[in-house]
Amino acid sequence: MKQIPLQLSKLDYSMLQQCMHCGMCLPVCPTFDATKLERHSPRGRIALMRAITDGRLGLSRAFAEEMYFCLGCLACESACPAGVDYGAMFEASRCDVESSRVLATRKRDLARWLALQILFTHPRMLRLAGHLLRHYRNSLLPKALHQLRLTRWFPSWVREFEPFCPELSLFFSDQLIKEQETPKIKKYRVGMLTGCVQDLLYAQVNRDTVDILLVHNCEVLTPRRQSCCGSLHAHNGNLKISRTLARRNIKAMERLAGSLDSLDAIISNAGGCGSHLKHYDELLKDDPAFRDRAKQWSEKLKDVSEWLKQIGIKRLPSGGEPKLVTYHESCHLCHGQKVSAAPRELLCAISDLTLIEMKESTWCCGSAGIYNLTQPEMAASLLQRKLLHLESTKATVVASANPGCTIQLEIGLRKSGRTLRVTHPVSLYAEAYRKGLNPENA
Amino acid sequence: MPAPPDFRELAAELGFENIRTDLEDLIPYSFDGTAALSQMPAAVAFVTTPQQVASVMRFADANHCPVVARGSGTGLSGGSVPLPNCIVLCLSRMNNILEFDEQNLTILAEAGAITQTVADLAGRHGLLYPPDPGSMKISTIGGNVAENSGGLRGLKYGVTRDYVMGLEVVLADGRILWLGGKCVKDVAGYSLKDLFIGSEGTLGVITKVLLKLVPKPPAKRTLLAIFPSLESAAEAVSAIIAAKITPCTLEFLDNVTIRCVEAYAAIGLPVNAEALLLMETDGHPAAVEDEALKMETLARRHGAQNVSLAGTEQEAARLSSARRHAFSSLARLAPTVILEDVTVPRSELAALVRQIQEVAQRHAVRIGIFGHMGDGNLHPTFLTNERNAAEMQRVESAMREIFECAVKLGGTITGEHGVGLAKKPFLPMMVSPGTLELMRQLKRTLDPRVLLNPGKIFDP
Ligand SMILES: Cc1cc2nc3c(=O)[nH]c(=O)nc-3n(C[C@H](O)[C@H](O)[C@H](O)COP(=O)(O)OP(=O)(O)OC[C@H]3O[C@@H](n4cnc5c(N)ncnc54)[C@H](O)[C@@H]3O)c2cc1C
Ligand code: SF4
Ligand code: SF4
Repeated sequence: MKQIPLQLSKLDYSMLQQCMHCGMCLPVCPTFDATKLERHSPRGRIALMRAITDGRLGLSRAFAEEMYFCLGCLACESACPAGVDYGAMFEASRCDVESSRVLATRKRDLARWLALQILFTHPRMLRLAGHLLRHYRNSLLPKALHQLRLTRWFPSWVREFEPFCPELSLFFSDQLIKEQETPKIKKYRVGMLTGCVQDLLYAQVNRDTVDILLVHNCEVLTPRRQSCCGSLHAHNGNLKISRTLARRNIKAMERLAGSLDSLDAIISNAGGCGSHLKHYDELLKDDPAFRDRAKQWSEKLKDVSEWLKQIGIKRLPSGGEPKLVTYHESCHLCHGQKVSAAPRELLCAISDLTLIEMKESTWCCGSAGIYNLTQPEMAASLLQRKLLHLESTKATVVASANPGCTIQLEIGLRKSGRTLRVTHPVSLYAEAYRKGLNPENA
Repeated sequence: MPAPPDFRELAAELGFENIRTDLEDLIPYSFDGTAALSQMPAAVAFVTTPQQVASVMRFADANHCPVVARGSGTGLSGGSVPLPNCIVLCLSRMNNILEFDEQNLTILAEAGAITQTVADLAGRHGLLYPPDPGSMKISTIGGNVAENSGGLRGLKYGVTRDYVMGLEVVLADGRILWLGGKCVKDVAGYSLKDLFIGSEGTLGVITKVLLKLVPKPPAKRTLLAIFPSLESAAEAVSAIIAAKITPCTLEFLDNVTIRCVEAYAAIGLPVNAEALLLMETDGHPAAVEDEALKMETLARRHGAQNVSLAGTEQEAARLSSARRHAFSSLARLAPTVILEDVTVPRSELAALVRQIQEVAQRHAVRIGIFGHMGDGNLHPTFLTNERNAAEMQRVESAMREIFECAVKLGGTITGEHGVGLAKKPFLPMMVSPGTLELMRQLKRTLDPRVLLNPGKIFDP
């Protein structure tokens, strides 16, 4: 049966042609670097996509596997002088791969259904899963399972990761953040997105984000019932659900704020989410009811550090302990959103903090959504590379603005017995701010 | 077309993962950096030793299939574009630096080593490897030698040929030879290594290269001059050369190119300028100071509206890096970018620029121009769409006329990108029938069974 590459063919053909195969992106592509094989390079992948669109190649299993070997890190986009929009072609390809079902197996279908259609589509289900996990981890069960050696029945990746998994947050964001929080002096009005993974594992980062925004005279509106941003779906070949989620989020924000017009910015603090959230305009461009609203949404969407840089970051006076911090760039923040200087500026606004640059800070850590689960080997080698660079900075803290990276780094550091702390730049700022207010609490 | 040979035998020798014949592996090797040229190969072979290269050559001989050597596939004349039924012989995994000789100032590198890696290594030891093609962060040393590539510093430091002291090559019959060596002087017999420099993979496969390094100049000054027209910039360049100044770099960008580069690099280039000259001088601090001043004066005398000095090393580096991305940045404007490589004596630059603009206008084609103006080497770049047959026809005619202009001005059809496939039809404009015949004779002597990149440069 011949599969029609619907999403790829829908793209403007000149997008594919725009790659003039100059090869300037090859040195930054982690999968090419590791293999020196062109099929694992950006221009090789684009050539395959073009061949599929031309009908010179079918939607083969090898192509499908290639699309899942690509990290989607978008380092190639930053490197490409020709301005090739790799991300859009990559999403379209994965979508076509999924409709062709060349990779489909019962197990894979089940996992995808559970993740994409249940957990990350229904916030309540995700929270429920979170509650269950939290109870599981706080109970005696994990210990008992280990002692009874029942964990060997877990799938291998669960066995691998379970002992190193980050702790779940004690509270979810809605327990920490009020729907509307207003500073003493109000200059701006912003909407706040709390994310799924951030909410589940690192809700405190969300609280810290709101605190910093308040310090910078922003009134913060945080809709209660937020949906997943849909990036997981878009990156894994389900654009349809991704659109539904986008509409839901726009509506939720409008409901609370009155209209998007009334907001100066909409804030995300997770690199991976932000990168996708900024593309709602592209995603909904064929939906007449949402086209204009999505456009407005995308214009206002800002990473927290980007927004703070725009309105002027307040410098924190010295008072705490000196800290050596290095900054790992989330792919989707630095390549996807081109936000690279702002988080550093935020860190450097903390007087007691010394920022030490690591080698290859823009190189993927191997987290890449669920890449560390689907391509463990490649992910592990990227993680190793990252850990070595982290180590050689002699920093005691690594700041990173994406929960996926944070998980990956925490797992890697724990497994290798290193003691670096991984945290979000806003948390470092918020902590320093609180200490400055009340040094006894330090 | 004959059926592709059975590659299992070769695979057994090289390892099965090193011979690729799946469609998904062939498509990504069916082109190089040249627009609108592609051809599927029969197989892609990855080698890591000269002996393996020899095995591939013997297999090719036995099965009569052509072999196309390939570095990183950034070539701009179709040199590593496959031929029907060929083996693409990929050297990218043969990329070790084998020796750094601090006493003799040389580096011995495998052919697949990346130019940037060599340059960085030299830099760490206070030395300079001068040839710096725009593609240096990914091009291979083997590819540089095979194309005799130039770069941004060609004006003062010359091209790749000037830095090759020795080569290891595998001949078409599988013989492995070492040519040249570390001696600064050597006239023992023909200088055979020179035969392989710029041979575009048609005479042998280069597997190792011994490169010469020079001391890093202690001082450098980078200037950026804005001109009201292309011609005034060209005149300034001719004047600088005539004034017996040898800067290391005189790079040129026209308005179209400036805008595209700025869109990519965002370093604050003046997007309304008609033409820019990036001028760099290096050497002894006092001499550098003096040359920079002279260049500024000459630029102003020829109409430069503004000349500014790069304040820091980083700023200078950002400028040359931006210049390196000129070609790829132009792809922002059109689906297909076809770039030419004409070169003229430097006194004729203004005339060439004038004629290029005139030709473009007459054929109603869009062109961006940039290039190594100090070398008299310009890259008029056609912004077109390969799917628009009518326009491609006009591009074709305009291109031919530009070549004719260059030749008439005493220039050449290609300064640094080679002939390959893209300029093959125009070679007879440049070289006499006698010269062409000598080239053919040489080819036949070294490659009697016509296995190595046949049909590139000229038909066998
Ligand atoms: C953005 C961009 C900027 C560029 N800027 C410049 C520039 O400033 N100056 C310049 O001169 N060129 C430039 N080029 C052209 C190109 O990069 C050079 O020709 C480069 O030397 C090619 O190297 P490669 O490793 O990619 O070789 P390839 O493209 O793979 O091969 C080029 C030719 O060399 C042959 N070859 C490759 N390796 C070997 C080997 N080991 N033995 C024998 N034959 C071999 C191939 O058969 C082919 O004929 C640029 C290209 C791009 C895309
Ligand atoms: S840098 Fe851009 S245009 Fe060049 S090969 Fe990579 S994707 Fe294509
Ligand atoms: S997204 Fe990352 S892994 Fe994929 S092609 Fe681009 S650079 Fe390579």
